[in-house]
Amino acid sequence: MLTLTHYLVLAAILFAISVLGIFLNRKNVIVLLMAIELMLLAVNYNFIAFSHYLSDTAGQIFVFFILTVAAAESAIGLAILVVLFRNLRTINVEDLGSLKG
Amino acid sequence: MSWADLNLMPALPEIFLLSAVSVILVLDLFLSDKQRGITYLLSLLSLIGCAVITLTTSQPFPELTFSGMFVDDPMADLAKVGMYVAMGATLVYSRQYIADRGFYRGEFFTLSLFMLLGMMVMVSAHHFLTLYIGLELMSLALYALVALRRDSTQATEAAMKYFVLGALASGMLLYGMSMVYGATGSLDIGKIAAALTNGSANMSLAMFGLVFIVAGLAFKLGAVPFHMWVPDVYQGAPTAVTLLIGGAPKLAAFVFVVRILSQGLEPLVSQWQGMLVILAVLSMAIGNITAIAQTNLKRMLAYSTISHMGFLVLGILAGTPAGLSASLFYAVVYVLMSLAGFGVLLLLSRAGVDCETLDDLKGLNRKNSWYAFLMLVVMFSMAGIPPMVGFNAKLAVLKSVVDIGLIWLAVVGVVFSLIGAFYYLRVVKVMYFDEATDAEPVSQVGMDMRVLLSVNAIALLVLGIVPDGLYSVCVEAMKQSLQVL
Repeated sequence: MLTLTHYLVLAAILFAISVLGIFLNRKNVIVLLMAIELMLLAVNYNFIAFSHYLSDTAGQIFVFFILTVAAAESAIGLAILVVLFRNLRTINVEDLGSLKG
Repeated sequence: MSWADLNLMPALPEIFLLSAVSVILVLDLFLSDKQRGITYLLSLLSLIGCAVITLTTSQPFPELTFSGMFVDDPMADLAKVGMYVAMGATLVYSRQYIADRGFYRGEFFTLSLFMLLGMMVMVSAHHFLTLYIGLELMSLALYALVALRRDSTQATEAAMKYFVLGALASGMLLYGMSMVYGATGSLDIGKIAAALTNGSANMSLAMFGLVFIVAGLAFKLGAVPFHMWVPDVYQGAPTAVTLLIGGAPKLAAFVFVVRILSQGLEPLVSQWQGMLVILAVLSMAIGNITAIAQTNLKRMLAYSTISHMGFLVLGILAGTPAGLSASLFYAVVYVLMSLAGFGVLLLLSRAGVDCETLDDLKGLNRKNSWYAFLMLVVMFSMAGIPPMVGFNAKLAVLKSVVDIGLIWLAVVGVVFSLIGAFYYLRVVKVMYFDEATDAEPVSQVGMDMRVLLSVNAIALLVLGIVPDGLYSVCVEAMKQSLQVL
């Protein structure tokens, strides 16, 4: 029997993976964008689980909005990535170091 | 609820701005580069239109609409008017700068106005969904604005860092919101507060969510230890965009924090107070100490922003109406100071040369004593030296923490603002007592910018001598906005 706790734990694991992905990843900026998407999906998992558990549709409607915003967000993220690649000729996270202090 | 019951009046400024931006967006496509002034004028006109609507529809009590998702209260109105002023001043200050650097195009104006729309939704939101949508509308426009100078390596790198960390912050905030939703069964700010008060909420789940929400808010405010994006973005972005980020969004972020913490999660005040104390002390410490080591003015002002956010948090953590009014006053004053400070940098930038290091200010008094005087007023105000208004703002927030018995925190605040005075005064010393490294005269800019910048900086001095008017407006707005809900 799957309970609310199972869903919350799964969402928490996904969330933790995505946060670790952002901080530990030193290679590729695209992986960062994937981690951000994963983080939003973990949140969606939470909202849907709670929404079902509380029998309240507001949480599921919130998920639609998060999905839409996530699409816009990755569009902007990829656009910035393209511009960055044109300037630097690399998308290695370690090469993003011209701003320091 | 039927369509006939839908009251659109509270959202009229937002509806007007959305229509205006859509018109400008389309109209701009038909304009040649020489006619870009029309876009500029229309943008300023739509700001004036918004201000007129906001002021004429302003009421001394909160009014809910859209099934309680949207609220129009005096606090939102005050913040909106402050944001119109900040955006208008930013557009006037930036015009010459962006024209010299080849991005005097429609995108700059439409993105700025969309950002303003996002901030207006943020300050008027009364539901987690509207808060999130407003926040994202503001952030997405800002990410694009930072990357507007496509050929600049620094600008694109700053945009990437801002994007990743901003998205991380939104993710944290959303995760926290989902937990609070699970704990209270509602996304409405008023219902959340009610569920937490009457004990029907799951307290441990709400506490868990609160931690993530505070982390996400600290990211957005730029408070230590979630501040790492602030210096990079301030330095890397074109100065005109730095001015956009440093002005109105701080006011929006403050109201955003008030809506979530002081209205929605008010019953958990004893829990979040401790977290905010840590944020405030660290921000004031790291912000002021690290700023001393900076030679780049934009980076220095970024660290100064971090320390100012520390002071801003002091009033919020007091949790009292007096503390919140003091913070609102601080936010308004900070926006004015930051506009004038970055405005002087914009004014001193020439085509191809950005004024951004301490060396660029050397001997400014010899070249143009009026500009040097304006910068002096701004620096004194940021340092909190009377009779500038920065002093009154600091005094107000420090008084609010003394009132709740955290005297040690007020002492910490005073000590760090003393340390901070060092780097503000160093700017003054460089302008007045050092020899200029080059003989280039100060660039000529339009009369409108010089007059507005002078008015802006002199306002800091005048408000410092007679702060009561603005302060009582803040107190009144906060009192009216917190009464119900």
